[in-house]
Amino acid sequence: MQFGIFTVGDVTTDPTNNTTPTENERIKAILTIAQKAEEVGLDVFALGEHHNEPFVPSSPTTMLGYVAAKTEKLLLSTATTLITTNDPVKIAEDYAMLQHVADGRVDLMMGRGNTGPVYPWFGKDIRQGIPLAIENYALLRRLWDEKVVDWEGQFRTPLQGFTSTPRPLDDVAPFVWHGSIRSPEIAEQAAYYGDGFFANHIFWPKEHFARLVNYYRQRFEHYGHGRADQAYVGLGGQVFMAKNSQDAVNRFRPYFDKAPVYGHGPSLEDFTSQTPLTVGSPQEVIDRTLGFRETFGDYQRQLFLMDHAGLPLKTVLEQLDLLGELVVPVLRKEMDALRPAHVPDGPTHQSEIERMAARRTAKAVQDADAQSAVAAEAARSGSAAAHTGAAFGLQGA
Amino acid sequence: MTTDATSAKKLVAVSAGLSQPSSTRLLADRLAEATVADLADRGVDAELTVIDLRDLAHDITNNLITGFPSTALQAAIDAVTTADGLIAVTPIFTASYSGLFKSFFDVIDNTALTGLPTLIAATGGTPRHSLALDHALRPLFSYLRAPVLPTSVFAATEDWGSGSADDGFPTLPDRIRRAAGELAAVVAVSTRSTEVKDPFDLDASFSPVGGYGAQ
Repeated sequence: MQFGIFTVGDVTTDPTNNTTPTENERIKAILTIAQKAEEVGLDVFALGEHHNEPFVPSSPTTMLGYVAAKTEKLLLSTATTLITTNDPVKIAEDYAMLQHVADGRVDLMMGRGNTGPVYPWFGKDIRQGIPLAIENYALLRRLWDEKVVDWEGQFRTPLQGFTSTPRPLDDVAPFVWHGSIRSPEIAEQAAYYGDGFFANHIFWPKEHFARLVNYYRQRFEHYGHGRADQAYVGLGGQVFMAKNSQDAVNRFRPYFDKAPVYGHGPSLEDFTSQTPLTVGSPQEVIDRTLGFRETFGDYQRQLFLMDHAGLPLKTVLEQLDLLGELVVPVLRKEMDALRPAHVPDGPTHQSEIERMAARRTAKAVQDADAQSAVAAEAARSGSAAAHTGAAFGLQGA
Repeated sequence: MTTDATSAKKLVAVSAGLSQPSSTRLLADRLAEATVADLADRGVDAELTVIDLRDLAHDITNNLITGFPSTALQAAIDAVTTADGLIAVTPIFTASYSGLFKSFFDVIDNTALTGLPTLIAATGGTPRHSLALDHALRPLFSYLRAPVLPTSVFAATEDWGSGSADDGFPTLPDRIRRAAGELAAVVAVSTRSTEVKDPFDLDASFSPVGGYGAQ
């Protein structure tokens, strides 16, 4: 199982001392946090994409390219890549390029974005959010999977004889997760392609996401990609730790109370009981996270939100130390031991090479079966059969 | 005529009254009782739920901030959205429904009240606020595609002490009875509470590869 962190890259005032990092400080902090993730033994660093203040990561592949050069094992991902407002041609190129730069340590999470005006700012209509996510991804898929693409769609100018460069590393596209908070259409899309489904999970009660994940699992099986429990599920989580539980609560409360997302709303106690937010000892985080498995089944990737709400870099790095030293090794051991052999581990470039090869083989067998069925039918239909058989290269067999 | 419990119609009254006791809650209760009685005359059992928004005020504000309801608020939302009939009662504040009343309907999905027969009612200090029912509440529920009954009931403070209809004008109890009769007539034939809604039911035209140009 893969463990990592994801960041939205918000620039938020630290409510305890009223200081606000500059954009430059925040960008450098994010790069430091990413490198720290590898240092403490995490598997994944995922970066958001935003085009409005107070968020800084508008250009994820620039930042991830830097992290790629500074790390060796860390898997670089997104949370999320805006499939609605970005040109799918540019996504295809950017992330294939990053795949080469990072020697395959790349995957992506598609999302529709959370800020209405981003649509018109990029020349799109928010009412077309789902159709954009569906069509743009259909094109992106083809740009990665087929060398020469002719394309005509509703939202983009047509393409004739276009080849997206560079080609994906080893001709295998990065693994794709689809993130959604409430849309069954996106769960359906993820299932259709046999892609992963990521439930953000952090700001809402788990029952809601459990229904969505179960739906995705059923549809994954329906589309013939394997059994429901073999579908690729990722979950968000949010933690703040101290060795002593009450210290964690006392230290996090000022940030919680003024956090941009839920500040001035429910109490910390209500919010931790209603959502996966865990504020307490490392052992409490371990127990709570193991509980996610009970709710969602064996899953492949757990990402934690660690750097937000104005938490200073020093605190975030301390939190990552706790996560890497005391939490993830235990979770990794427990989750891997509990996961049955037929359920896949978290996807990597290597596992995708194998999965795509298996898919090609299965398709070839299917095509051959279909062909021999046609030939057999032709053979039954009399004297014309010999000619038909010849056309299929069956003569003399 | 007998009806078993499973076929009882679900009637929900929402009161946005803030004080305890509250004349808004009192009006909601009177309308609910009259509707249940009218349904009984028609041989129809009713299962009544009364929701005091005052008890959910913090949860409603938290839902506005966080985007999700607490367990208690979810139960109230579920009761309203799966009802056969709704009685919605608010005090008139500053020429309109109260902020709490509006916030409750703001946190409900804007298609979830489609087809829900709704009786609107309000309380106020003087009868001069009565048109707020028609310029504020009626369009709110029309937007939500909840059919609003022709009779709405406004209770000014003085209505609680008005006498019989000697002068020929209908009194508050008369208006309550008429409105309850209109609601009971549509609740009696509603199948809304028995309809199963699949939240994952995709539109028939949906295709995971797109409808157009997905060659």
